[in-house]
Amino acid sequence: MSTVTYREALHGALDDALRRDERVFLMGEDVGRYGGCYAVSLGLLEEFGPERIRDAPLSESGFVGAGIGAALGGMRPIVEIMTVNFSLLALDQIVNNAATLLYMSGGQFNVPIVIRMTTGAGRQLGAQHSHSLEGWYTHIPGIRVLAPATLEDARGMLWPALCDPDPVLLFEHGALYNVEGELADDAGPVDLDSAMVRRDGTDVTVIAYGGMLRVALAAADALADEGVSAEVIDLRSLRPLDMPTILSSVVHSHRAVVVDEGWRSGSLSAEVSARITEEAFYDLDAPVGRVCTAEVPMPYAKHLEDEATPQVRDVMAAVHALGA
Amino acid sequence: MTDAAPVAAGPSAASDHAMHLLREMVRIRRFEERCVELYSDMRIRGFLHLGIGEEACAVGVMQALEDDDAVVATYREHGHALARGMTMRSAMAELEGKVEGCSRGRGGSMHLFDKATRFFGGNAIVGGGLPLAVGLALADHMQGRNRVTACFFGDGAVAEGEFHESMNLAALWHLPVLFCCENNFYAMGTALDRSESETDLALKAASYRVPSWDVDGMDVTAVEAAARAAAETVRAGGGPHFLELRTYRFRAHSMYDPDRYRDKAEVDGWKHRDPITHLIEELTAAGTLGEGELERIETEAEAEVEDAIAFADAGTLEPVEELERFVVSERPAPGRAP
Repeated sequence: MSTVTYREALHGALDDALRRDERVFLMGEDVGRYGGCYAVSLGLLEEFGPERIRDAPLSESGFVGAGIGAALGGMRPIVEIMTVNFSLLALDQIVNNAATLLYMSGGQFNVPIVIRMTTGAGRQLGAQHSHSLEGWYTHIPGIRVLAPATLEDARGMLWPALCDPDPVLLFEHGALYNVEGELADDAGPVDLDSAMVRRDGTDVTVIAYGGMLRVALAAADALADEGVSAEVIDLRSLRPLDMPTILSSVVHSHRAVVVDEGWRSGSLSAEVSARITEEAFYDLDAPVGRVCTAEVPMPYAKHLEDEATPQVRDVMAAVHALGA
Repeated sequence: MTDAAPVAAGPSAASDHAMHLLREMVRIRRFEERCVELYSDMRIRGFLHLGIGEEACAVGVMQALEDDDAVVATYREHGHALARGMTMRSAMAELEGKVEGCSRGRGGSMHLFDKATRFFGGNAIVGGGLPLAVGLALADHMQGRNRVTACFFGDGAVAEGEFHESMNLAALWHLPVLFCCENNFYAMGTALDRSESETDLALKAASYRVPSWDVDGMDVTAVEAAARAAAETVRAGGGPHFLELRTYRFRAHSMYDPDRYRDKAEVDGWKHRDPITHLIEELTAAGTLGEGELERIETEAEAEVEDAIAFADAGTLEPVEELERFVVSERPAPGRAP
């Protein structure tokens, strides 16, 4: 075991993928000489050279589209977009091309691209760098959406994502880059399909992903002090959703709370809640609870940003409201 | 797939090649004219964009490409697909929504795809194909392959940010893209001078240091000559090149378009420059077009179109059970090497 940060785990995954397959390359704004806007790719330029660690101009639609074209041409591109907010400039390429080409071509052209981007609040970056728009992408058939919340997943999701013949979006939560923990020295590829139970419990199922996993686990700790046993599920894959894991927990706990850093309206939490209701309604002792970000553009001031985003106390309150 | 005979390889080869160009344009013209009838007959639905009048662009450029080059086209791409080598049967079956179509009936007129001829669509987002072409060329560049990616788009795409981003990326990274702008002077109903402050499109490309030419897109031999010269330089490592092919569509933007925005005299003026008529006149003057040859070309083209329609009519509908097939790949076990 070694002590590493989330950033170092992601870096290790990139380094590993670039070594494993010559077709893999990293492309994005400031991934090379600058070392990545969050320093994830620091040192890779020196190791792999400018062809494979490719600095791109500020042309999100252009270089994401070029990544899709390169994937069609037999490469295995990893495209980095600085934040999910900027990915909106590439939405045409992601939604109209990457997600549709296989289907539209009758199965002829698959697009093996991985697009990484930062998401989430907590760093006082205001309303154009802090949103959690990954839920939007989960609306789109044809793409896989992943959210590594742990060091193991930060280290292990990239390679299987590159092995996927279809487009994969990887959402890295910006507040996690400096989080430190223990990671096995031989940590490697992980399964992409399953949600994981991160803490066992019996009274309520708390479902979270990405940056909200820490909040959910902290809430579970505090609830345990009150004698409430919360099971915590990490979605990991936001599309497709692993409903069997969620349902098998809910049918035992009879209560569920979904914690989502996205806004409540039209959100991923709405989807999870609806599916639980559709598939396990008669196992529920209470309506599904949701804890989401307040419906405001993210404010800069720390106290307001904290107020806007789901906190441990909010999760606890939602659990209490279900009578658990 | 394409006739690779050099244009000036001798009188006989040259005239054979010119006849090939004529045949290609005629078969595309007849195909699209029959599409109009099939549309009125409700056998083709959705949006149908015809390139009647613009055939010289697709046919001329395709002569300059090798089998392993790539083509990215727009939603007005019947001519490009056929000139690239897609079978007429496959294209017509697609327009009729049959599973025998090139895209299994999932794409329709705007989304013709063909892996065998490296034909990457059929893109119906104006400008959306340009970054793909840059990426295809990037893949060739990174893998040391000596290929060209030809990217077709219209004058409307020049107003899109993706045009500018793609020009810049291709030039910055010195990528083997042949940009072919089919300037028919209208972005749907908006005239070029109503949408662009600078209407010299070659000049725009040149501002990205991309070597650029404007070409008479109604003259197939001129298009071919320009495309051959440009493609040769691109293939030799000369970086991206840009051709502005000045052309005109004789029909409306789509079957829904009442064509209120163009002057009849303007349309008629361009019809006098019909690329097929133009080539026939040249060949006749040169004595290349023998007695009955034009009729034979017409008859063969009509027969090919009728055969394609019969094939499409006899085609089958994809079973509805396959509705969700190909949303994602029929994938190998997870964890396998890519």
